[in-house]
Amino acid sequence: MHSTSHSASDSSSDGAARSASQRSAHGSSPSALESALQEAGAVKEAQAWPLLEHQGGLMLAVKATLVRDLTLLLRRRGEVLNPLVFFALVITLFPIAISPDPELLAVIAPGLLWVAALLAALLSLDSLFRSDYDDGSLEQLLLATQPLAALSLAKVAVHWLLTGLPLALMAPLLGIMLALPAGSYAVLALSLALGTASLSLIGAIGAALTVGLARGGVLLSLLILPLYIPVLIFGAGAVQAAILGDGVAAHLAILGALLAAALMLAPWAIAASLRISING
Amino acid sequence: MAFTSFTEFLAMGGHAPYVWSAWGVTALLLVATVWHARVEQRQLLNGIKRRARRANSLRGNAQ
Amino acid sequence: MWAFIHKLGSPKWFYGISAKLQPWFWAAAALLLLVGSLWGLVFAPADYQQGNSFRIIYVHVPAAFLAQSIFISMAVSGLVFMVWKIKVADMAAAVMAPLGAAMTIVALFSGAVWGVPTWGTWWMWDARLTSMLILLFLYLGVIALRGAFSSRDSASRAASVLAMVGVINIPIIKYSVDWWYTLHQPASFTLTSRPTMPTEMWLPLVIMVLGFYSFFIALTLMRTRSEILRREASKRWVQDLVNGQTVHVQAEETR
Repeated sequence: MHSTSHSASDSSSDGAARSASQRSAHGSSPSALESALQEAGAVKEAQAWPLLEHQGGLMLAVKATLVRDLTLLLRRRGEVLNPLVFFALVITLFPIAISPDPELLAVIAPGLLWVAALLAALLSLDSLFRSDYDDGSLEQLLLATQPLAALSLAKVAVHWLLTGLPLALMAPLLGIMLALPAGSYAVLALSLALGTASLSLIGAIGAALTVGLARGGVLLSLLILPLYIPVLIFGAGAVQAAILGDGVAAHLAILGALLAAALMLAPWAIAASLRISING
Repeated sequence: MAFTSFTEFLAMGGHAPYVWSAWGVTALLLVATVWHARVEQRQLLNGIKRRARRANSLRGNAQ
Repeated sequence: MWAFIHKLGSPKWFYGISAKLQPWFWAAAALLLLVGSLWGLVFAPADYQQGNSFRIIYVHVPAAFLAQSIFISMAVSGLVFMVWKIKVADMAAAVMAPLGAAMTIVALFSGAVWGVPTWGTWWMWDARLTSMLILLFLYLGVIALRGAFSSRDSASRAASVLAMVGVINIPIIKYSVDWWYTLHQPASFTLTSRPTMPTEMWLPLVIMVLGFYSFFIALTLMRTRSEILRREASKRWVQDLVNGQTVHVQAEETR
């Protein structure tokens, strides 16, 4: 599974530009592509491509994208760890800047944790499509017969799995350091897990819009931070409600609703934005 | 009419700085946008005319 | 219908028709703003609670309305541009963004100034003011994104997508900010929500709102025409039109 799926979507390893130009020259008929690939001596790829094209293969393509992105990201561990270190660092700044008083920290802890996690997730977004854009494999995704929205959803899922989820799991640890009142730790992790999924989806739109720009980093945050505010309100609200002993079901339900809406709409916006960025 | 004299109107019942600054900034901004749009239009028209004239004179020199 | 849409898509046709429409909207804007200002400043009675500081409502509310409406029309223009590839729609969207941002600033400034006599402070994290501030950031994002691309077509399409994403988010942001505000500041005094407003108070407000809308339409027509000149400067019809005009203007000057 690993080797076939990897070669299927990561055909950039064997001359992405060549196969791309051949595809556009010959049209996207599978036979033309097969012959082109066999000419290039890519036997493995020729075996993988018909699978994708003839058997519909949407699930296969999504799976291949998932596995490929996971593999690539796990190889660059720094990129996965940096947001987590950033999260811990920012949280360390607040007691130093404000006051080490546990009572004061306990009051502002939900907001601090949420804002810091949001910024950490934002930090990692710039690289979401960057390396794929630089090495041309993003163009391969655009040329694939499978809908780009589904493939970009797979990429966002990997991003959340390696950024949002670790942040959510790490947050309770930092909560202890900020004297977060007991009883809100599970809600903190759950709200962050739900919320960062929406953040990844919304942020991916901005990342897709700015991936073609040389200095898109600051612009990216200007574009998407305003769109993050509803998630922030209900995420931090959930933790605060848990501290006060109020019901958190409503907050989590709204976070879930935001995620559902983002899941429905964001992939199309991401796909459209990627096409704009690639086609120049 | 809500005011009996012009000075009373200007005083706005003690709220003059707030009422007049809010209205003033709004009026200033509306006027500034119109002025900017007019300058922009005139510059564009002049630019196109200048380019046409230059193109004409170049054509005249070539002949 | 389709013929009309395609005609509207032709910059030349739009340049002509907007020249005819423009004076009417300028006249309407001038008349409505003049009548509304006089009525609101001089004739409307002072508020029983807020006194004369209440008269800020006649610039604050129209600016806030317009700020939101312009974002929606910008997103609709973006959609029209993306679906039918009508360039004029994108030109209109491009000139709407700065005006929308300006209106948001006017609404924020007048709201802040109004806050001093009402709340005793320049800034309060009031639900409406907070939503307005977020709207300003959305505008700045659209303007910055359009400016960041070197290719005009990419810039247009990217700004259109962002405007559409933003317009879907505006109601969500508005409701969540309202919810957040009621949670943190229960039952406080909001600037513009009045239980009952007498006719002589809200009628001038309606006139001011209509005046602001006319102003927006007139200015958008005017600046879209400039944008057409900028983008189509090398086209034959623009050259003919402008140089024809030159002769005309010179003839008037010599007379």
